[in-house]
Order: sequence, then structure tokens, then C-alpha cells
Amino acid sequence: MRAEPITAEQVKAAIEAAVPGCRVQVLANASPSGQHSLILDHEHAAEAARFLRDDPTLRLDYCSNATGVDWLDSELSEKVKVKKLVDGAETEVEEVRKTKVPGYLEAVYHLYSVEKKHGPVIVRMRTGDRKEDVHLPSLTGVWRSAEFQEREIFDLYGVIFDGHPDLRRLLMWDEFKDYPMRKDYVPPADDDDLVGAERSGG
Amino acid sequence: MSPETANLEEIVAQVPPARGVVEPLPPVNAEGEQLLEISMGPHHPSTHGVFRMNVVLEGEQVVRLKPVFGYLHRNHEKIAENAAYLAAIPYTDRLDYLCSMTNNWGYALAVEKLAGIGVPERAEYIRVIVAELTRLQNHASLIGFLMQDMGMSGTPLMYAFREREKILDLFESLSGARMMCNYMRFGGVRVDTSAEWLRQVRELNGEFPRFLDEFESLLAGNEILMGRAQGVGVLSPELAVSSGASGPMLRASGVNYDVRKVDGYGVYDRFSFRVPLGDHGDVYDRYMMRVLEMRESVKILEQAVRDIPAGPIMDPKARLRGLRPKAGEAYGRIESPKGELGFYLISDGTGNPYRYRVRPPSLINLTVLEDMCLGRGVADVVVILGSVDIVLGEVDR
Amino acid sequence: MRAGLGGVMDEELKNLKAELSKHGVFTTTFEELYNWGRKNSVWPLTFGLACCAIEMIATTMARYDLARFGAEVFRASPRQADLIIVSGTVTKKMAPQVVRLYNQMPEPKYVIAMGACAISGGPFRDGYNVLKGIDRYIPVDVHIPGCPPRPEALIDAFMTLQKKIDAQQLTGEDRPRHLKEDLPSEFPVPEYGEHDLEPPNNAEVWNPLKVIQK
Ligand code: SF4
Repeated sequence: MRAEPITAEQVKAAIEAAVPGCRVQVLANASPSGQHSLILDHEHAAEAARFLRDDPTLRLDYCSNATGVDWLDSELSEKVKVKKLVDGAETEVEEVRKTKVPGYLEAVYHLYSVEKKHGPVIVRMRTGDRKEDVHLPSLTGVWRSAEFQEREIFDLYGVIFDGHPDLRRLLMWDEFKDYPMRKDYVPPADDDDLVGAERSGG
Repeated sequence: MSPETANLEEIVAQVPPARGVVEPLPPVNAEGEQLLEISMGPHHPSTHGVFRMNVVLEGEQVVRLKPVFGYLHRNHEKIAENAAYLAAIPYTDRLDYLCSMTNNWGYALAVEKLAGIGVPERAEYIRVIVAELTRLQNHASLIGFLMQDMGMSGTPLMYAFREREKILDLFESLSGARMMCNYMRFGGVRVDTSAEWLRQVRELNGEFPRFLDEFESLLAGNEILMGRAQGVGVLSPELAVSSGASGPMLRASGVNYDVRKVDGYGVYDRFSFRVPLGDHGDVYDRYMMRVLEMRESVKILEQAVRDIPAGPIMDPKARLRGLRPKAGEAYGRIESPKGELGFYLISDGTGNPYRYRVRPPSLINLTVLEDMCLGRGVADVVVILGSVDIVLGEVDR
Repeated sequence: MRAGLGGVMDEELKNLKAELSKHGVFTTTFEELYNWGRKNSVWPLTFGLACCAIEMIATTMARYDLARFGAEVFRASPRQADLIIVSGTVTKKMAPQVVRLYNQMPEPKYVIAMGACAISGGPFRDGYNVLKGIDRYIPVDVHIPGCPPRPEALIDAFMTLQKKIDAQQLTGEDRPRHLKEDLPSEFPVPEYGEHDLEPPNNAEVWNPLKVIQK
């Protein structure tokens, strides 16, 4: 008796109806897994999460997985057709327009319902950038299972969860300064790497 | 937790909030008595590896317990993000190093979802067989370790390891390695089983209930075991669900949630087996859960070995080397012996995953360790930790 | 005592002993007796780090039975142990604790580096939190390759260690480290830094691989 899958659109509509002012965006997933996700805005995230947990039809009472993702600054290049004057006549020319997309950090939560046996519903939150604006609201108050996982995201990615009861590093030592899971992290140089040196005896 | 009877608000109100420790406890209690702060681990015979807890005691009672992780943080995720999809499989072996087969499966399942790869029938059956064998040896060893934590020296562990060695022999003859099997691939399994191997599985499986009977008759009714385990470390079903507990720990609290039944991944929906449930959520129930689950695994094995079809073991369309799934993401999860093991992968269209995340059941099951230990003595902490069944390779990754 | 005797005398002594034993006279030297006792009662520390520790446990169980070599008494306290089997990945977070445990063991003490990880970081060598070999901080007596080494390999390492103990001379220039007063028996414990351990290795102990240019 497996439950019918709920679509991201349905969840979005339900949240928007229940939490006024909440901006929810559906992020389509092109992979065959078909697991689409919802992006929540910061102000209403906790409220929306509480709704997802308590709503009698959704009852997403089980936060299985919470994780961070680091998205670097990227360049989006798209081909656009522009009208230009070429040799006095107006012609359509294809041009590549490049837009800079600033990087951000993301927290992803995979929600299931133990009671209704459905899921996953995936919600994400994004920070403003990767340096200063790295705050996100903590969802530990809604699902206890986020407690250690949010600490891990803080430790490895440097996302600061506002409202987390005990935000300390989880895996690395407290004196550690870097965020090692970020894509641009460079580990300390190792002195015995034999790179470039010729090994004896071929 | 029955939805008909339970009032939602009430349930939600019952879940205690996360306990913060932003300000340190004063070294004295309200009556002015000194509190004792001890650091158990990372080198401690009862912590199953390099786990550490900072425990604050008032007299004999635990008033605060903070786990400290990371002593085996081997950067599994970072390494896998810099490697090809195929190259991550040997690393998954080393996650929960007692159960390499199920770890392989969890990862293979996630990649199959991400890239839309199918798995032939025979491979699905082989996967079930090796996964259930893994469950048998994991649960048997766990009971051995748990008994050791209770002070039963090495004897139960010797019994458990005697059986474990037999299963490891089967793994070795199948995959070439005792512990780190590196056996599954996305789209199937690496080598086919022989008829002789299946016969050996049948034989081992036929004898296993005898071992279980012996093991159970020695332990289950033992007065010391009951005294140490019953009513100790009680976990309520509401808190278990909210804290993301999974596997035997969740079911010991009476919550009927087994990913094998809920998702029916692989061919699990073809076998008849039951999901044992506890009703106290204490250490004794968690111990009993393992005993009963082993009995169910024996049943599954019986059916799987009987019904296994002939056929290919790899999906011919699956590409192992140079797999480049199109951009997207997938979350795959299985019921590993420790609990719900999930893999979350993001592909950016290149040959290695952009994000590779393991959802470690051992770590998340420890979220409520403090709640279970408060008010108990240090000796109970050891037993409660033992009943959670952690493997540090997975907790810290 | 063997001190001062040359190789030729050693040979003659051995022959003499063999000859005497044929006539029912048993002779030994203090050194031999002492080493015989030591090598058959090596008490390891109950110290498991990672996957290799499971194989270490399997080695002590009924099938492989490490007790045959006098080493079944695993001690939880470093104060009572002679041998530390570094069984698994040493992370940077764990390394200070390993050195501290080693320092707390009484002399004579021995180290077995079990598995690729303890030797060099093994499969996890590229990790930012992984120490690339415990021999950066403490001296290692026996290395066993493997990932994980099979129990037989650990037994072999054990026998190698026994041979090593058996061959140790108590006096003379070749006496082992623990009998030389000027050599240290404790090593500095590294500290957690902002990016790495400080120092990243102990230059007095660590002999990195030398690249020989031809
Ligand atoms: S050498 Fe291999 S088996 Fe041993 S600890 Fe390292 S990864 Fe694990």
C-alpha cells in the first residue's frame, strides 16, 4: 500500500494557501529521478516548515536528510538574437550574452511522512551570497533531526543557522577556521608529495 | 502512534525541544554541590571506536551529555566529489565497515535513480541475499558488543563472531574480500553467484535459526540482562520520529516504518516478512528488535534463494566507466542494518558528482542520546550507547 | 651476557648450549630468558580506530585466536599496555590523542601500524582531515599493508614483532631505544591549529621517503 506521490506543485499551492506571503518557487529536476524541490524564502521558512509537519494531509513529520551545497559564482551564457545595423541594413545577429550569477550556499531538506508513508518532499533555502550574507533560519525547532545536520552544514560550509540552539562545529575542531566542503577550499600543502619528482627505478 | 486516536497538537507538544548549551552549566548545582564533568572517549573501551562524550554528573546522575564527533572524519564526501561515480563505490565500503554490501546498495540505488539505470531481476535477488546476510552478521555482532558493554566479557561476542566468520567466508568466495566487498555496481552486481554458492547460503541459512535459539536462550531471559536493559534509555515514539531515528531504534519505540516495506526498493515487495515492533522503546526492546529481525532475515533469505531467476546480472545499457548523468539530483535510501541509509547526489553533467552526501543513520540516531541518558548513571550511558548501534566510520564519515 | 663477545664466540656458545642440552643440562642467558618472557606476554592496548579495528577484533576471536601468541590480554589503559596497534585511519583530530596514549604507555613499548591508513593515509590520503601516516609523530616498529589486512597478516606482524623483541640486546651499542637514556620515550603532542595540526610532523621521528634521482 504505497502512498500516491505528491507533486511539488501541490505542496507549493498548499503552503501558499496556508502561509500568507510565503514565496515558494518550484525547482524542476531534469534527472530521471523526478524529485523536484521547493525553494522557500527566509522569513516564512520556519512557518512553512511547521505547516508541512502539522498539516493533516501532508504530515511530513520526518526530516530524513539535511545537507548543504555550495554553488560557486558562475557565468551564464545564452545566445540571444539582436537586431543590428550591418552595412546599413538591419539584420538579426546572434550574440552570446554573458551574465554573472553570484554564488550562494544552499541547505536542502528531504522530508518524509512516517504517518502517511509518503515522500520525499524536498525544500531548499538559499543564502544571499557566499561571504557575508550566509544566514538561514534554523529548522531544528521543527524537526529535531536537523540539530546535528545543521551543525554539520555550519561546520563544513559555513552557513549560520539563526535560532539553532547550539551552533558549534560538529566534525572539525573548534579552532579550525576554514569551511572544508566549499568548492574553493584548498587543503594545507603536503610536504612529502612526490609530485613532479622522478621516482627511482622507473 | 495511531493517527486516529492521537491529537495532533498534543503529539507535537510532547516533543521536547532541542537542548542548547550555549551558556556552560555552573560547576555547582542549586544546593551548592560540586558537579563532576568527565570526558568519555575518544579512547574508551565502551565507545565502539573513537566517539567522545562530555558528561556532567550530579552525584551519580547524568545532568548533561554532549557528544563530540569528528575523530574519524575522513572526508568521504569531499573525496567522492573529486572522483568518478564508479570510484566512490570502494569508499562506501568503508562507511559502515561492518556492512559494506548494504552501503554499496544504497549508493548504487541513488546513482540508478540519478541516471535512470535499470537492474536485472537476478541482480536484484543477489542484492537481497547479500544484504540480508549482512544484516544477520551486523545484528549478531551488535548483540555481542552490547553484551560486552554490559560486562559479559567476551563470550557472547565470541559466539557472534563465530557466525560472522561463516558469513564473511561466503562474502569472500563471492567478491574476493572479507569485509570490503566492493561488490555492487550501478545497474547490477559485479560477479555472478554459482549454484554451489547458493547452496552454501541455503545451508548456512538453514543452520542459523539453531544459533539464534541458542543465543536467545542464553541471553533473552537472563536476569542481569533484563535488569540492566529494561526501562533503561526509553525513547518515546514522538521524539523518535521527530529526531529522525531510524532502523531498529525507531521500531523499538513502536513506530512501524521500515524502508524495505515503505519504498519497496529492489524486489522487497515480493517477499513475505514481518516488521517487528517494540512497545517500550528501551534498551531491551532494541536488543529484542535485532533478534527478531534476524529471524525475519532468515525468512527472506529462504525465499530469495528459492526464487532466484536465471539471467544477466548487469544492465547492458549501464555505463560504469565514464558515466555522465545529465544535470539533476536524486536521493536514494535503503534500510541498512543500522537504519535509513541515504545518498544524495547532484550531477552537473560531468563525470563526478557535484554534491555527494551520505545520510548516516548512526549519526542521526545519536541526536537523542542525551535525552535517553539524562537522569541515568554512567554505566547506563554505556549500555544505551551500545544499543543505538553506531559505527564511527559512518558517524563521522 | 652477550656483551663484548664477538660473532665467533656467539656461534661457539650456541654449539656448547646445544651440546649440553643433549646431556640434559639446560642453560640459558639472562637476556634470552628476559626476552622470551617479554615476547610471549605482549599486552596490546584496546584501541580501535576504524575498519581495521574490526579485523583486529576478529583476530582475537576464536577462529584466529591471538591468545596462542600470548597477546589476548587487551588492556583498556595505556598504563598497562606494551603494544599499541594503530588500527585504522588517524585523522588530524585524533592524532594528538594517539600521541598522548603512546606517551602514557610505560617502556618498553611497541607500535604496529595496521593497514594502509595508519601507514600513509591509505585510500583517504587526499582528505583534508587525514594524517598521512602515524610515523609522522611516533616511531613505528612493524607496518602491515592491506585495506584491511587480513587477520593472518596481523598475526604475521605480531610474530615479526616477537622476533624483533627476541633479538634485542640489553647491553652494548645496539641496545634498543628504551634502554638508551638519552633517547626520548615521549614525543611532543601536536596541537590544533587554524588550518592544520601544528607542527604537521615531528622531524625527529619522521623519515619521509627520499626520491633517488638517477
Ligand atoms: S586501511 Fe582500509 S580498512 Fe584499514 S582503516 Fe584504512 S580504509 Fe579502513
